[in-house]
Amino acid sequence: MTTKEIQNPLINFLLHLGDNALILGHRNSEWCGHGPVLEQDIALTNIALDQIGQARNFYQYAAKLISETSGEKITEDSIAYLRDGWDFKNCLLTELPNGHWGQTVLKQFLIAAYQYYLYQVLEKNSEEQLSAIATKSLKEISYHLRWSSEWVIRLGDGTDDSKQKILDALEIVWPYTNELTNFTDYEIEIIGDTYKNIKDNWIEKVYVVLTEAGLEIPSTVYNHNGGKQGNHTEHLGYILTEMQFLQRAYPNSEW
Amino acid sequence: MGINLEEQFQQKIDQEIKIEPKDWMPQKYRHTLIRQISQHAHSEVVGMLPEGNWISRAPSLKRKAILLAKIQDEAGHGLYLYSAAETLGISRDEMYEQLHSGKAKYSSIFNYPTLTWADMGAIGWLVDGAAILNQVPLCRTSYGPYARAMIRVCKEESFHQRQGFESLLVLSKGTEDQKRMCQEAINRWWWPCLMMFGPPDDQSPNTIQSMQWKIKRFSNDELRQKFVNMIAEQIKILGMTLPDPDLEWNEETMQYDFGKINWEELKQVIQGNGPCNKERMDARRKAWNDGEWVRDAANAYAAKHSKQL
Repeated sequence: MTTKEIQNPLINFLLHLGDNALILGHRNSEWCGHGPVLEQDIALTNIALDQIGQARNFYQYAAKLISETSGEKITEDSIAYLRDGWDFKNCLLTELPNGHWGQTVLKQFLIAAYQYYLYQVLEKNSEEQLSAIATKSLKEISYHLRWSSEWVIRLGDGTDDSKQKILDALEIVWPYTNELTNFTDYEIEIIGDTYKNIKDNWIEKVYVVLTEAGLEIPSTVYNHNGGKQGNHTEHLGYILTEMQFLQRAYPNSEW
Repeated sequence: MGINLEEQFQQKIDQEIKIEPKDWMPQKYRHTLIRQISQHAHSEVVGMLPEGNWISRAPSLKRKAILLAKIQDEAGHGLYLYSAAETLGISRDEMYEQLHSGKAKYSSIFNYPTLTWADMGAIGWLVDGAAILNQVPLCRTSYGPYARAMIRVCKEESFHQRQGFESLLVLSKGTEDQKRMCQEAINRWWWPCLMMFGPPDDQSPNTIQSMQWKIKRFSNDELRQKFVNMIAEQIKILGMTLPDPDLEWNEETMQYDFGKINWEELKQVIQGNGPCNKERMDARRKAWNDGEWVRDAANAYAAKHSKQL
């Protein structure tokens, strides 16, 4: 299936929100069984599980809307497993490789801080279903934000080595952060001019946490964008190849 | 004095009074428990790897969530068990050290590969099924912290077993390819699962003492037979077969007879020559070594900030 031609801003927004959650959840789940401490392995797996759950909620809602307009039977799984990369609307930051633990928690922090303010706006949205999903997700995201902030601070203010590692990670991921708050038409259509507050709140939160970690916001001049419109990095293709393998190799099967 | 303590200890055991961390206990009881509980904890943690192999490829979002939650439960079991072992005077770092050096063992079953999606179902149904039979009696084991940890573990394990069976049931009703996946997974996991109960009773060096101390309550062969009886019935619902031509109901014993187990294979796997021993240990060591700077940073941060308080 493809969702490329869909013009409905709500559906596109739901796909974007679901794709962000799924792809970040996929990346986080790569740590399962490989974390630096057992408790943290559990914590990050739990976050991945929340994100897969959020993706399912957004996709189920999108699937209902797409089915109603197209007459085809679309499910959460056809959205996740049967679209190609150009249909995915996740931010590029979610698909970047995990790198080391510091890079992973930093990515998670930057995205959770954005989701934390975005979902507070979505909670007040007049679309009842969207608002309900946001309320449920916000509880989880508050924890993701707290957990990842603590790690960024701990690594920034830990040893010289950990500080250097988190600085290196910041250089790598920062050029991808602008896309989070670089709102597209389909987002603005749904959230209106509240997007400006999200951007301000996000940068404020990032500043506070990085400062406590003894880090500075990098002075990057170039930003990578495109994920929200389906123009991705090379990494997404490999994520999808792996994720969609069974559905592609054995089409039309029940699992 | 020593004899008295030992007698008192055995009396407690005989009266089904739990032994608690601060109670006197024979050194050998302590060491047996440390060996057994840490081995069990290591099995939970190493056991995350073969299933973790399919998280990124789970065929539906629902199955992906179920699999993630299951592996997370296993990590949780590892945590309770490491904590139970710590009450006996060994640290978690020491136990990891023993695992990474090869001194401590973990269940051989996790040295087998997960080759298809059906292996996730087979592990839930067969591996967790065998583990439950081993573990349910441990809820009444004589050492209090171990028994209490096992009560929580068993509740979650029986849930996993039902989930595993259910996922195989879906495959067994699916396409020809899915049926084949299901049957092949059962074929590959069956014999290694029978080995999970340990060597035959007449070759099990630790059984007699462990039974006397009520660390163990059933012998390896008793539990193995129970497992065969259970699975031989359940597999009928799947419409699949077990890969044993000698499997047959015996009217006299009212049990299933089954074929000879290849004990040489178990010996080889325990010695490190199973299909995935190296991968599993490499993955554990890599996680530990790669995480060192993270643990150092967390400790350094905690030390700095506790001084400021």
